[in-house]
Amino acid sequence: MKSAVVVFPASNCDRDAATALEQMTGSKPHMVWHQEKDLPDVDLVVLPGGFSYGDYLRCGAMASQSAIMRAVKEHAEKGGAVLGICNGFQVLTETHLLPGALMRNADLKFVCRPVGLEVNETQSVYTRKYSHGERVVFPVAHGDGNYFADDETLNRLEGEGRVVFRYAEGDNPNGSARNIAGILNEKRNVLGLMPHPERVVDPLLGGTDGRKLFESLIETLS
Amino acid sequence: MTQITPDIVREHGLSEEEYARIIRLMNREPNFVELGIFSVMWSEHCSYKSTRFHLRKLPTKAPWVLQGPGENAGVIDIGDGDACIFKMESHNHPSFIEPYQGAATGVGGIMRDVFTMGARPVAMMNALRFGEPSHPKTRHLVSGVVSGIGGYGNCMGVPTVGGEVNFHRSYNGNILVNAMCVGLARADNIFLSAAKGAGNPVVYIGSKTGRDGIHGATMASAEFDDASEEKRPTVQVGDPFTEKLLLEACLELMATDAIIAIQDMGAAGLTSSSAEMGDKGGSGIELDLDKVPQREANMTAYEMMLSESQERMLAVLKPGREAEAERIFKKWELDFAVIGITTDTKRLVIKHHGGVVADLPITALSDEAPVYERAYETQRPKSGQPKFDAKKSVTDSLVKILSSPDMCSRRWVWEQYDYTVMADTAQQPGGDAAVVRVHGTNKALAITTDVSPRYCKADPFEGAKQAVAEAWRNITAVGARPLAVTDNLNFGNPQKPEIMWQIVAGIDGIGAACCALDFPVISGNCSLYNETNGEGIHPTPAIGAVGLMANVHRMATVAFKRPGDAIILIGETRGHLGQSIYVREIEGREEGAAPPVDLAAEKKNGDFVRKLIEDGRIDTAHDVSDGGVLVALAEMALAGNIGAEVGVAGETPEAIPFFYGEDQGRYLLAAPPDVADKIDQEAEKSGIVVALLGKTGGDKIAIAREGEVLLSKLRKAHEGWFPAYMSGEEVPLTN
Amino acid sequence: MKARVFVTLKNGVLDPQGKAIGHALNGLGFGAVGDVRAGKVIDLELHESNAEKARASVKEMCEKLLANTVIEKYEIELKA
Repeated sequence: MKSAVVVFPASNCDRDAATALEQMTGSKPHMVWHQEKDLPDVDLVVLPGGFSYGDYLRCGAMASQSAIMRAVKEHAEKGGAVLGICNGFQVLTETHLLPGALMRNADLKFVCRPVGLEVNETQSVYTRKYSHGERVVFPVAHGDGNYFADDETLNRLEGEGRVVFRYAEGDNPNGSARNIAGILNEKRNVLGLMPHPERVVDPLLGGTDGRKLFESLIETLS
Repeated sequence: MTQITPDIVREHGLSEEEYARIIRLMNREPNFVELGIFSVMWSEHCSYKSTRFHLRKLPTKAPWVLQGPGENAGVIDIGDGDACIFKMESHNHPSFIEPYQGAATGVGGIMRDVFTMGARPVAMMNALRFGEPSHPKTRHLVSGVVSGIGGYGNCMGVPTVGGEVNFHRSYNGNILVNAMCVGLARADNIFLSAAKGAGNPVVYIGSKTGRDGIHGATMASAEFDDASEEKRPTVQVGDPFTEKLLLEACLELMATDAIIAIQDMGAAGLTSSSAEMGDKGGSGIELDLDKVPQREANMTAYEMMLSESQERMLAVLKPGREAEAERIFKKWELDFAVIGITTDTKRLVIKHHGGVVADLPITALSDEAPVYERAYETQRPKSGQPKFDAKKSVTDSLVKILSSPDMCSRRWVWEQYDYTVMADTAQQPGGDAAVVRVHGTNKALAITTDVSPRYCKADPFEGAKQAVAEAWRNITAVGARPLAVTDNLNFGNPQKPEIMWQIVAGIDGIGAACCALDFPVISGNCSLYNETNGEGIHPTPAIGAVGLMANVHRMATVAFKRPGDAIILIGETRGHLGQSIYVREIEGREEGAAPPVDLAAEKKNGDFVRKLIEDGRIDTAHDVSDGGVLVALAEMALAGNIGAEVGVAGETPEAIPFFYGEDQGRYLLAAPPDVADKIDQEAEKSGIVVALLGKTGGDKIAIAREGEVLLSKLRKAHEGWFPAYMSGEEVPLTN
Repeated sequence: MKARVFVTLKNGVLDPQGKAIGHALNGLGFGAVGDVRAGKVIDLELHESNAEKARASVKEMCEKLLANTVIEKYEIELKA
């Protein structure tokens, strides 16, 4: 599986994503600067976590306007896999590759901690190695992860099996609607999630629950 | 230009003698700009004039020290060509005025100190002291400081992996915000601030200069009298986004060989950076202020030289490399300007609007700055052991202590910090020391900050010794070898002889402990004049320390791992209750002698424990500090969610002093019984005091003859106080 | 010409910040404070003297970047 990680000004999980990808796939991903107009020939594009443009105006708003996002959109339209983690998820909603918006955490505080998640949907290139309803623990680290969409959109997301990860009951760290932690686009090739799977691929660092996400991708895309 | 009057001199914090000294060094009266430059360079903050004489006594050398005090940060060798760069610095006053921005810019400043030397910051810590919880400002200050630290550090993508939070009324009017940054670099690619050579371009990089934080003294000065409100100096505002770009751009430039010297613009930005670079390089510096990127219109030379705008650096490049550097900074959308040149005159010359507005000998700003051997008055340290009510329930007291403001869980604080970014945090906040893997290797850094101000208040010498010893012990307890220290000396007014005594005794205590433990001081910062209503804060010499672990997979943590493990206490327990948490929280008194530290026993016990961890025989260890044995035991039980059955052991039959005494140099370990028996024998053979206290297991802490308490009850008490307090609920407010 | 853009959350979108502000104001004794909504103000200097053109251009800015119309609404105020 060939992959690329987009680097926006003040992305800060770009290295983490690259490390995890290298560890899981055995090869280094391309690091793509946001001013590039084209993507290299890859199967997966990762929009990493961080504070692109300092989270000024709105998280992900300015990054969504950068040159590379046009290429990312094209990649997605052609069915290529796009994984947005944390700030990457925010960029995806601002770009309208995913519906809804990520608002300030309900308690207004940044939160960093491991959270329990439920894998809601295994029919995706990201989750096929998980079992339905599997409980996993990924860390979150964000100030704006409170997923919002109108009821119609939420119903549709649920009806179409596009809510891939949900916060376990009682473990919702940010007030997200219907405990939503990660969603797919209609074509199911774009995933955005607030928790960090790339931070749980090494047992030393608190678990390996994120590995199956990368293994799912490798199995499908290689 | 403004006429210099005695009032203006005084408002610049300079004494009459100091002003006379300036005239002598200049051979003339300084002008207003020059006076401003002297005032910041001769300030306590920049010149260390009250402490320098005593700081010289600290041990600063060891074979692994690559750079000791005097640069932006200290550097140690951690093998394989890797270097670790670190420093701790205070941002106390600004944080009291505006907690969010004060703390945020404190974090930004210390990060720049580290990355200006060529290191990528890999971990942050912070030591915070607030006033008593019942003080009306405390909640607001805690909330602002914590979100400021998080706001800056999280955006930078550097994990904040631990620290300390204390409450005490002595900080009611003067909180302490000490931030420590640890970075990694290659040992052969360290950047220093010596602007050697003449004719080299001086370049300005980062954010534009505005009228930020121009020091208070000048607010009242003549120059501002007729100025509008808009022109008044403002609180410095941090921009972590720009700092992140500055970090990446600097590291990119540092990968080339274009830089001769580089220095961040900290306090009194342009002034101190240019003077210090010229001083260290033995050169002169000429700056043209018209070329400085400016955010506001019509800034005066005085304002530009004293501005504390954040996220700026000054560098000296090799001639002809300007275009290459400019390309890098433009890519990162940062300001870049050649604003001057190095000379061989050893003078700092400032030009503005085509004329020379300041021209002074650089040595007058540095070497010739006053150094004071201030008078001090030795006080008698507090002595004796406090009385206590032996009938009080040991278990009830445990619940009360674990839910007290100083001893409860700090989860509310550290969950607002991204402690896992960079994917190398092997041990998160809540343990003895944070453990951060050196990226791409198997080795790791252990990092801690420590000081017990109540001990320092009772006995500045023993208290400072204890701070160093505890830092050393915390690093040892995770299995790392302690390597070096950064000290952040927070004290009151040095012109009061009793405070000066605290400073001198404190530095002596640090020196004694660092010598005995082979633990050199490689960087540091002094913050003096910290007072509440004319009374000094508790002396708070915060110690930040770093150690090295060869194999991160052989690391100990505090959590109990298995039921049935034997619990081993290393170190002698005499039941020292003086200045203990127990007497303060349960008896409501702050009294008695601070616990003395036997540095020889400290070293012996620690080396023994570390060897056990390195050899893979022990994976569970905790240092015994605030609150004594029972609090340490409870923390281990809560972290592992496994209870314990224990009893009094050794020579101290009384339960309260045994369980709550704060004797130093002790560790609690847990290991399977057969391993524990062997360790017990080996310890005795080596002359180390050792005792088996009991075993792990169950869902409660059961104490022979004293009763028991459920872990669930302890957890609720331990985790409950902070969130309840911060949300404004009624909570018990001791201390 | 100058433009001032007010960006606020749409009605019906929960505003935790506004709620916290309201709570704090009540705590300070401003009992008359009911619902609070927080938003932002963005001031723009425009090199454009035609008000109609200016408004159209700012509207486009709002749609494209300044507001996230999934959750936010905006108002534009022009000053010569």
